[in-house]
Amino acid sequence: MVGNACHQMRSVESITIRGSDTEVNLVFQLAEAYMAQDSAVSISITGGGSGVGIAALLNGKTDVANSSRALTEKELALAHRRGISIVAHVFAADALVIIVHPSTGVDSLTLDQLSRIYAGDIQDWAEVGGRPGRISLYGRQSNSGTFVYFRERVVGRDFSPALKQMNGTAQIVESVMRDPRGIGYVGLGYVAKADGTVRSGVRIVRLKADARQPASSPLDQEALRTGRYPLVRPLYQFTDGYPKGKLKAFLEFEASHKGEQIILANGYLPPWPDMLAACQTSTSSPAVTTINYYAERR
Amino acid sequence: MKARRRFWNQFFEKSLTASAFISIAILLGIFILLATNGWKAFQDVGLEEFLSLERWNPSAYDTPSYGLGALLLGTALTTLGAIAIAAPLGVGMAFFLAEIAPVRLRNVLKPAVELMAAVPSVVMGFAGIVVVGPFLAQLFGLPNGLNALNGAILLAFMALPTIVSVSEDVVQAVPRTYKEASYALGANRWETLVQVTLPACYSGLLAAVMLGVGRAIGETMTVLMATGNATAVPTSFFSSVRTLTATVAIEMGEVPTGTTHYYVLFACALVLFIITLIINIVAEQIATQLRRKGQ
Repeated sequence: MVGNACHQMRSVESITIRGSDTEVNLVFQLAEAYMAQDSAVSISITGGGSGVGIAALLNGKTDVANSSRALTEKELALAHRRGISIVAHVFAADALVIIVHPSTGVDSLTLDQLSRIYAGDIQDWAEVGGRPGRISLYGRQSNSGTFVYFRERVVGRDFSPALKQMNGTAQIVESVMRDPRGIGYVGLGYVAKADGTVRSGVRIVRLKADARQPASSPLDQEALRTGRYPLVRPLYQFTDGYPKGKLKAFLEFEASHKGEQIILANGYLPPWPDMLAACQTSTSSPAVTTINYYAERR
Repeated sequence: MKARRRFWNQFFEKSLTASAFISIAILLGIFILLATNGWKAFQDVGLEEFLSLERWNPSAYDTPSYGLGALLLGTALTTLGAIAIAAPLGVGMAFFLAEIAPVRLRNVLKPAVELMAAVPSVVMGFAGIVVVGPFLAQLFGLPNGLNALNGAILLAFMALPTIVSVSEDVVQAVPRTYKEASYALGANRWETLVQVTLPACYSGLLAAVMLGVGRAIGETMTVLMATGNATAVPTSFFSSVRTLTATVAIEMGEVPTGTTHYYVLFACALVLFIITLIINIVAEQIATQLRRKGQ
C-alpha cells in the first residue's frame, strides 16, 4: 500500500510558474486545459509581476518565469554569474489598443502623433485633425508593465504630468467612455472579444508606424498577423536551460492548435512569426536563446 | 485572602498601565521607522528639491525627480475641500439630531449616519468614478470629473459619520440647566441654540471636526480611484490631483528595497505623519484654551 502511494506521488510531476500579472490568467487557463488531458502533471501559477518572476528564476525558486518584458542587462549579468542559461519562449503576444471617445472626431494617428500627445506637446485635438478641445490623457500607474512598455515603445521620454494614472485597465476604459476628450491605451482583450464584438462607447484608433504607411486597426487580424499593426508586445516564458519532459510538453501544448484557441479566446494573440519579427526588433536580447514551438509546429 | 486580593488589584493596575504605554510604544516605533528610513531620502534628495514644486517623477525615463509640492497641494485641496463641506453639514446635522429632531426620528437617523462609516472605501471610489465624477463634469461643463472636487466630496461623506456622531454627543452633553436659564431669561429656542448651546460646545465640535480631518487626510483608496492621480501642479479644484497617500499606495508595491525611491516614499509617509501630529496638537491646544475660557 505504502509503496503504491509513493509510486503514485512520484509519478505526478509538479511545475511552478511565477511572474507577470498580464499573463497570469491566460497561463492559468492554458494550464487548466493541459492538466485536464494529462493528470500526471500539477502546475501551480502565481503572479506578482514580471520582475518577481525573473528574480525567482534567478534564485532557483521557479521552473518558469512569466514576463511581459525582455530581461534587463543587469538581470542577464546576474544569470550569467549564477550559471543560469536563460531560454526564452514567446508563447503569446498582447496587442495594445488606443481608444478615444467618439466625439473627439479622431480615428487614426501616427506613432509620432501619439508620442507627442502623451508627452504633452500636442494638447488639443484640433492639432491632429479632431474636434477642438483639450486632450485628456489616461494611462496606467508607474508600477504597471504596460506603463513601461508604452513609454519605451511609443513616448520615448517622460509622460506628460497631466496624465491621469488609473488604477487598472478597466478604469481606463470606463473613463474614456465618459470623457468626450479622452484617450487611453489598453490591452486588446479589454475592448474586443474573440467573436469580433467591440465594446461600445469607445472608438478604437487605427495606427500607422509613419505618415506614409496606411493606418491599420488592431481588429484587423491580417494587420496583426503580418506585423503591420505597430503596438504588439511579445509575452515571454523564461526557463533555465531547454525545457524537458512535462515542462516541454506543456510549452508545446501552449503552441498547439488548442492552445492557440485558448489564447485567442482570452483576447491575446498567438506568436505569429511575421508579427513577432516586426515587434521584437527593439525588445529581444541577442544574449538569450529563443525557442519557438509555435513555428516548429508548422 | 487579603494577599490574593492585593495580587489581583496589582495585576489589573499594572496591565492597564502597560496597555496605555503600548499605544505610545507603537506610535514611537512607527515614528522611528519612518524617520530612520525617511532620513536616508534627504541624503540623496535635497530637502529643497523634496519640498519644491519640482515634478514628482521617481520612475522617470531619464533623470528621476522628487518634488513633493504638487502632492502636498493635492492632499491639501481634497482634505480642506472635504472639511469645508463636511464640517457645516455635520455640525448642523448634529444640532438637528440633538435639539430639534423628535426622539423617534433621531433613533433612526443617528444609526443611519453612523452606518455610512461602514461603506468600504473602494465602494466610495467606485461611486466617484461612475456617479459623482460624471455628475460634476456635467454640472460644470468639464470633460471629466476626476478631480480634487470629486475627491473632496467623497471624503466629506466619509468624514461625516465621525463628525456627526461626535458632535451629537457633545451637544447632548451640554447641561440642561444652561438652556433652562436661557429660556427663563426670555430667549426663544433659536436664540438659546445659537447663543448658549453652541458656545458651550465649541471645543467639543472642534475636536469632532479635527477627527474628521484625520479621517480625510489619511484616506487612500477613494482618492486613488476618484481624483485621476495626475502629478501636475493643481491650479484649482477642477485639476486632477494625486495625494500623498495615493502616491505611497501606488508606488510602495513595486519599488525595489533600499533605493532612493524607496526611502523617498518613507519620507512621504513621514511628512503625512508630521502633518497629522501638528493638526492634533494644535486642536488639543485650542480645545484646552476654549475649555478654560468656558469655566
